[in-house]
Amino acid sequence: MTPTPLPATDPIFGKLSLAALPLHEPILIVTFLGVAVGGLVVLGLITRYRLWGYLWKEWFTTVDHKRIGIMYMILGLIMFLRGFADAIMMRLQQAMAFGGSEGYLPAHHYDQVFTAHGVIMIFFVAMPFITGLMNYIVPLQIGARDVSFPFLNNFSFWMTAAGAALTMISLFVGEYAQTGWLAYPPLSGIAYSPNVGVDYYIWGLQIAGVGTTLSGINLIVTILKLRAPGMGLMKMPVFTWTSLCSNILIVASFPILTATLALLSLDRYAGTNFFTNDLGGSPMMYVNLIWIWGHPEVYILILPLFGVFSEVTSTFSGKKLFGYTSMVYATVCITILSYLVWLHHFFTMGSGASVNSFFGITTMVISIPTGAKLFNWLFTMYRGRIRFELPMMWTIAFMLTFVVGGMTGVLLAVPPADFVLHNSLFLIAHFHNVIIGGVLFGLFAAINYWWPKAFGFKLDVFWGKISFWCWVVGFWLAFMPLYILGLMGVTRRMRVFDDPSLQIWFVIAAIGAGVIACGIAAMLIQFGVSIWKRKELADESGDPWHGRTLEWATSSPPPDYNFAFTPVIHNLDAWYDMKTRGHERPVDGFRDIHMPSNTGTGIILAGFCLAMGFALVWHIWWLVIASFAATIAYAIFHTFNYKRDFDIPAATVAAVEAARTRQLAAGA
Amino acid sequence: MSADPHAAGHDEIELPHASMRDYVIGFVLSVILTAVPFWLVMERPLPAGATAAIIMAFAAVQIVVHMIFFLHMSPKAEGGWSITSLTFTIIVVVIMLAGSLWVMHHLNTNMMPPHDVSQLP
Amino acid sequence: MSANTVTAGDPVQFYDLDEHAHPEGHSTMLGFWIYLMSDCLIFAILFACFAVLGGNYAAGPAPKDLFDLPLVALNTAMLLFSSITYGFAVLQMQQGKVKGVQLWLAITGLFGLAFLGIELYEFHHLIEIGATPQRSAFLSSFFTLVGTHGLHVTFGIVWLLVLMVQLGKHGLIAANKRRVMCLSMFWHFLDVVWIGVFTIVYLMGVLR
Repeated sequence: MTPTPLPATDPIFGKLSLAALPLHEPILIVTFLGVAVGGLVVLGLITRYRLWGYLWKEWFTTVDHKRIGIMYMILGLIMFLRGFADAIMMRLQQAMAFGGSEGYLPAHHYDQVFTAHGVIMIFFVAMPFITGLMNYIVPLQIGARDVSFPFLNNFSFWMTAAGAALTMISLFVGEYAQTGWLAYPPLSGIAYSPNVGVDYYIWGLQIAGVGTTLSGINLIVTILKLRAPGMGLMKMPVFTWTSLCSNILIVASFPILTATLALLSLDRYAGTNFFTNDLGGSPMMYVNLIWIWGHPEVYILILPLFGVFSEVTSTFSGKKLFGYTSMVYATVCITILSYLVWLHHFFTMGSGASVNSFFGITTMVISIPTGAKLFNWLFTMYRGRIRFELPMMWTIAFMLTFVVGGMTGVLLAVPPADFVLHNSLFLIAHFHNVIIGGVLFGLFAAINYWWPKAFGFKLDVFWGKISFWCWVVGFWLAFMPLYILGLMGVTRRMRVFDDPSLQIWFVIAAIGAGVIACGIAAMLIQFGVSIWKRKELADESGDPWHGRTLEWATSSPPPDYNFAFTPVIHNLDAWYDMKTRGHERPVDGFRDIHMPSNTGTGIILAGFCLAMGFALVWHIWWLVIASFAATIAYAIFHTFNYKRDFDIPAATVAAVEAARTRQLAAGA
Repeated sequence: MSADPHAAGHDEIELPHASMRDYVIGFVLSVILTAVPFWLVMERPLPAGATAAIIMAFAAVQIVVHMIFFLHMSPKAEGGWSITSLTFTIIVVVIMLAGSLWVMHHLNTNMMPPHDVSQLP
Repeated sequence: MSANTVTAGDPVQFYDLDEHAHPEGHSTMLGFWIYLMSDCLIFAILFACFAVLGGNYAAGPAPKDLFDLPLVALNTAMLLFSSITYGFAVLQMQQGKVKGVQLWLAITGLFGLAFLGIELYEFHHLIEIGATPQRSAFLSSFFTLVGTHGLHVTFGIVWLLVLMVQLGKHGLIAANKRRVMCLSMFWHFLDVVWIGVFTIVYLMGVLR
C-alpha cells in the first residue's frame, strides 16, 4: 500500500475550518455554553477586582515550589471534574443501552469519551496531583528553601497546563482520539484515524511529557543535593524516599513515551512505517514499547501515595513508623521490579508460554514488597494511640480497598486466567480499584493532612466525612458490579448490549457513580465551607496533627524562604526529635536569605509550545515554524539573563520570624 | 552518598578537572577502536560472526574510554551519583533492549503470517 | 566551625546558625547529567526499534546496497575530532583564556557542521535513489535514529554559537564555565551515541 499523501491543506488555516466546530452535537454545544459562561464570569471577576497584576506577579511567574505545588493541585482538580464528567457519561450510556436502545451517545462520541477519560485521569489529574504534592512537601521535608531548579519548576507546570489546555480545546475545535487512552496502531495510524483526534492526543501528551520529565530531574537533584546537614539518605522521611523513587521512574520512563509517540507521529505525518501493517512495520512493537513506559507509570502514580500513608499512619498512631529500613528497601525493589513486568499488559498478544510465564512470575513477585509495606503500616498502628482524623480514615479505606484491587491484580498476573479476563470489565474494575483505592484515597488523605500547612486552616470535618462515606460506598457500588460483569465475560469499552440480564449490574454501577458524584460535591463543599470558616478552623501552631517531619516545623503557611535557619538533623523523624529533645527556635541573628527571582519565561515558552501543538494538529505549517522559532529564540534570550536571584534582607526575615514568635506565644 | 553538602564550603563549585594527557590518550584509543572495526568490516579477514562480536566489544570499550577520558567519569563525581545514575540507566537500557528483542522475536514467530501464502489456514 | 562537629557536653545543635549557602549552580552538573540519562533512553528506544525492525527491508534496499562505509568513516572522524577540539576548549577555560575557548569552540562547530553536511549529503543521495524513510521499516528506523542524532548535533551547534557570544559578553564567569562543562557533557555524549550508531547501524548492517 503506497503511503497516503497528506490531504491538500489551506496554506493559512491548514486543515482548520468552520467544520471543525461541533455545531451538530447538542451535548458539546451545551458544554461549550457552560464553559464559556463560567469562564467569562471568572475572567470578569478577576478583571473587576483588578487581580491580573496580582495573579501574574504572585502566581503565574512564581518560582516558589509551594505556589507551584498549589497550582498543580488546582489544575488536577479542574481536570478531575472533566474526567469524572466523562465517567458519568459512560455509566449512563452503559446503563441505558439495552433492549434495542442505542443509548444517547453515538459511537464516535462514546469512543472519544472513554479515550479522554483515561488520558485525562492519568496525565492531567493523577500526575499533576502527585507532582503538586511532591513539589510542595519535599523541599520542606528535607529542610531546603526551594527545589534545585526553580525556573524549570515553573516551566514544567506551564507545560503540563499547556498539554491539558490542548486536550480541552479538542472538545470544541475538532475532535479527540477514538482509540482508547494508549492509542494502539494500526487504529491510531493515519490510515484508520485520518482526523485530528489522535494528533491532539499525541501533542497534548508530548508537551505535558516535557514538563513531567523536567520536573522529575528537578526533584531527583533536589533530594540528592539539597538535604539539610545531617540528613543522610536513611534519615529522610518515607514520603521523600517514595518521591525520589517515583521521580527516578519518571525520568527513566517518560523518554520512552516521548520516543514512542514521536514514532507514531512520524508514521502519521511523514508516512514512515514503524507501526503500519505493511512495508515492514509492526504494530506489536508499539504495544511493547508503550507498556515499557506504561507499567512504571502506574508505580509513579502510587509510590508517592504509599509515602503519604506512611506519614499519616505514624502521625495518627502517635508512633514512629514500623520497619523504616524495610520500607525503603521495599520501595527501591518496587522501583527496579517495575521494569520487569510490562508484558502482563499484553499476555494475549501471542508471545507464547515461555515469555508469558516469565512475566507472570515477575508480576506476582512485585506484589511482595507492597505486601511488606502494608504489614509495616499495620504494625505501626498496632499498640498505637490511633486518632481517626480524616487523613487516617482515608488511609484505612485505602488499606481495605487497595488490598482487594491488588489481589485481583495477582489473579490477572496468571496468564491462563488473563486469557479469559484480558480487556474485560474485570480488568477495568481491577485498575480502578487500585487507582481509586490507592492513588485517589491517598490524595484525599494527603489533601486533608497537608491543607492546614499550605493554607493555615484545617478542612471542615463534617463535610469531609460525608465526602469520605460517599466515596467509599460509591466506589464499591460502582466497581464491584464490574468485577461480576467481567467474570461473566463482558468486554470493556462496549457501547450497546444485547443481553438484558447484564443491565442490573450496569444500573448498580451507575448508582455508584452517582454516589461518588455526591462525594465529589461534598468535597467541593468541604473546601468552600472551610474557606468560609477559616478563622474558626485556623491553625496557629503550624503543627496541628503533632507531626514528626520537618514541614511541621514551619508556620502555616510557611514563609517564602521556608526556614530562617536550615535545620540540623540528627535522627529520623527530625521534627519529632527536635520537639522531644527541647530545640530552641532562634529569635535573632538572622541573615540575608538568597532566593530565586520570579520569571515570565515559563508561561511564555509554554504558550508558544501550545501554539505549536495546535498548529501541528491542524497542519498549519507556517504557525508550526513560527511558534517553534519563537520558542527557541525566547529560550535563548532567557539564557542571556544572568541575574536571576535576589536577597531577602535580614530585617525582613527578622520581622517575619518575630511575627511567628508572637503567634507561637499566643497559642501556647 | 550522604555527604554533608556543606563540607565543600567554597563559593564556587568544583568543576571536573581535565588534562591534555586525558584527552590525547582518549583520542588515540578512540581512533584505534574505530579504525579496527571499520577495517574488519570493509576487508572481512574474519567470518561475519567473529567480526560482529569483535566490533560490538570494541564499541563497548570505546564507550568506556569516552566516559573516562572525555566525560571525566569516576565514582567520585557528584558524590557518586553520576556513576550510580549511569549504572541504573544502563541496567534499564539493557532490560528494554533485551526484553524487546526477546518479546518481539516470540511475537513475530507466533503471530506473523508465513511468507508462503499457501500455508495460511 | 561546621554545624556538625559536636563535642560532649555541648547542647545539641538543631539549627545551622552559621550557614554556608550552597554555592551558586552546584546542582547544575548533576541535573544536566540526569537529563543526559533521559536522552540516553530516547536513543535506546530508537536503537530498540532499529534492532527489531531493522531487518524488515520490505523487498527494498538493504544496508549493503546503501551504506558507503568510507564516507561513514570520514563522518566518524569529523565527530571524533570535534570531541578532542572541545577538550582543547575546556583546557583553555581552565587556563582562563576566553579567546582560546571561543577559538576551539568555533573549530568544534566547524567539525560539527562538516559532520552534518556529510550526513545530509548521504540522506539526500539515499532519497534520490528511492531509499526514502517511507520505503520500509528498516529505512524508517535508520533515518529516525541517525536523524535524531543529527538533530541533537544541530542543537549542540546552536548552543555552541550562543555560548561563544555569551563568553564574549561576560567572559569566564562561573555561570559560563558551568555552561561550557554542560555543553561538554552533551557533546561527548553525542559522540558516545555515535559509537553505537556506526557500530550497530552501519557496520552490523553491512555484516548481516
